Amino acid sequence: MATQSAKPKWTELAVGTAITVPGSARQNRTGDWRSSRPIWNHEECIRCGVCVIFCPEGCIHFDQDQPGYPSADLEYCKGCGICAHECPTACITTQEEEE
Amino acid sequence: MEGMNVFAARLFPKDNRFVSGHRACQGCAEVLAVRLIHQILGRNTMVASATGCMEIISSSYPDTAWSIPWIHVAFENAAAVASGIEAGLQILMKKGRMPKRKINVVGMAGDGGTADIGIQALSGALERGHDMIYICYDNEAYMNTGVQRSSSTPYGASTTTSPAGKISIGQQTWKKNVTMIAAAHNIPYVATASPSYPFDLAEKVRKAAKVKGPAYLHVYSACPTGWRLDPKLAITIGRLAVQTGAFPLYEIENGKLKISVKTPKLRPLQDYTKPQGRFRHLDDATIAEIEKRLFEEYQKLERREGLIF
Repeated sequence: MATQSAKPKWTELAVGTAITVPGSARQNRTGDWRSSRPIWNHEECIRCGVCVIFCPEGCIHFDQDQPGYPSADLEYCKGCGICAHECPTACITTQEEEE
Repeated sequence: MEGMNVFAARLFPKDNRFVSGHRACQGCAEVLAVRLIHQILGRNTMVASATGCMEIISSSYPDTAWSIPWIHVAFENAAAVASGIEAGLQILMKKGRMPKRKINVVGMAGDGGTADIGIQALSGALERGHDMIYICYDNEAYMNTGVQRSSSTPYGASTTTSPAGKISIGQQTWKKNVTMIAAAHNIPYVATASPSYPFDLAEKVRKAAKVKGPAYLHVYSACPTGWRLDPKLAITIGRLAVQTGAFPLYEIENGKLKISVKTPKLRPLQDYTKPQGRFRHLDDATIAEIEKRLFEEYQKLERREGLIF
C-alpha cells in the first residue's frame, strides 16, 4: 500500500488540505490484491482492444513494439477477470497466483 | 459473447485522466465509467464530486487518482458547486483574467447523491441553465457505506436496510426515474448510458459536452460487491440490464426521445436476476411481476420515441 515514510505536520499541509501532485495514486501498487493474473495467448489474440477498453483499472495497454499485443500492468491489475470474460476470442486465461 | 458492439477500441482516446492505483473494488464498473468518460472529456475539465464511492476510492489523502482539477464537496451539493465553478469561470473569462476557452464543468455523484440527497441542488442547477454536465453514477444503493437502500434501488433488491426475509421481499418501492425528472426541466440533453456499451457512452458524453446549457447523464454502474455478483460479470450484467429492459438506454435531445440500443424483444428477466445475490430470494411470481412492469415501461419509451414532449 501507500509508502509514506514521514507524515507531514499540520503546518506543512496545503490550505484546505489540497493535494498538489496530480495522479499521485500511482504509488498505490494495487497489484497485490490480485489472486489470479490474466495471460494472453498471442496465437488467438486478434488485437481488437476489448480488454483494453473494459479494464476498470485502465492497466491494460497495447505493447509499443510491433505487432502490439495487449498486456496488463501487473503492478495495478487487481485480477477481476473482466478481460478474460469479455474477450471475443477467449484468448485470455486467468492463472492462479502462487506465493 | 453476445450483443458485442465494440469494434474499434484502438480509436478510443488514450488521454487517461483517472490513473491506475485507485482503490476501487475488483471489477468495479463505476470506476470504468469514470475512466471512459474522462478519456472522452480530456484535460480541459473540472470536476465537482459529491461524497460517495468515487470520492473515497480516488482521493484517500494524501493521494489522488485524478490528474485534472477535482474537488470533493458535501453529499448534497455537487450540482451547486459545479454550477458555481461554471459561473466563476464565465466571469473570469469575461473580465479577461483567464484566456477564453471551452472548459467542461462536470458535477458527479452517485445515485444517493443524486436521487435522494442532492436532488434539490440538481434541480436548481438544471433550472438555472448552467453550461455544465451532471453525471449520476447509478449503482442502485449506498455502496460506500455498506449497501443501504436508496430511492434508486430496484424493486425486490435485498440491501442491508431493506433485507429480504420471511415478511419482506427486499426493496418495496420501484426505482425512481431520475432521468425523466431531469428531462422535465426541459434541458437540452438528457441521456442514460452504460459502460458496457462504451461507444454509445462516448457518443453521449461528446454530445453532452457540446450542448450549450445543462446536460444530464445517468450512467449504469454495476457494483459486484453490493450486488453480490461475480466481478468478472460486471460488464455482462450491464449488457443484460439493457437487453432485459431493467435499464434501457435512451437519450432526449431537445425534448426528442431516441432509444439508443433497441431491443425488439426483451430477454427474460431471469437472465439478469440470476447472477446477482441481491435478487436470489425472488420467486418466479415476483420476477414475472417485475418483468411485466419493465415491459410496460419499455413500451412507454417506445411510444414516446420520436415525439417531442
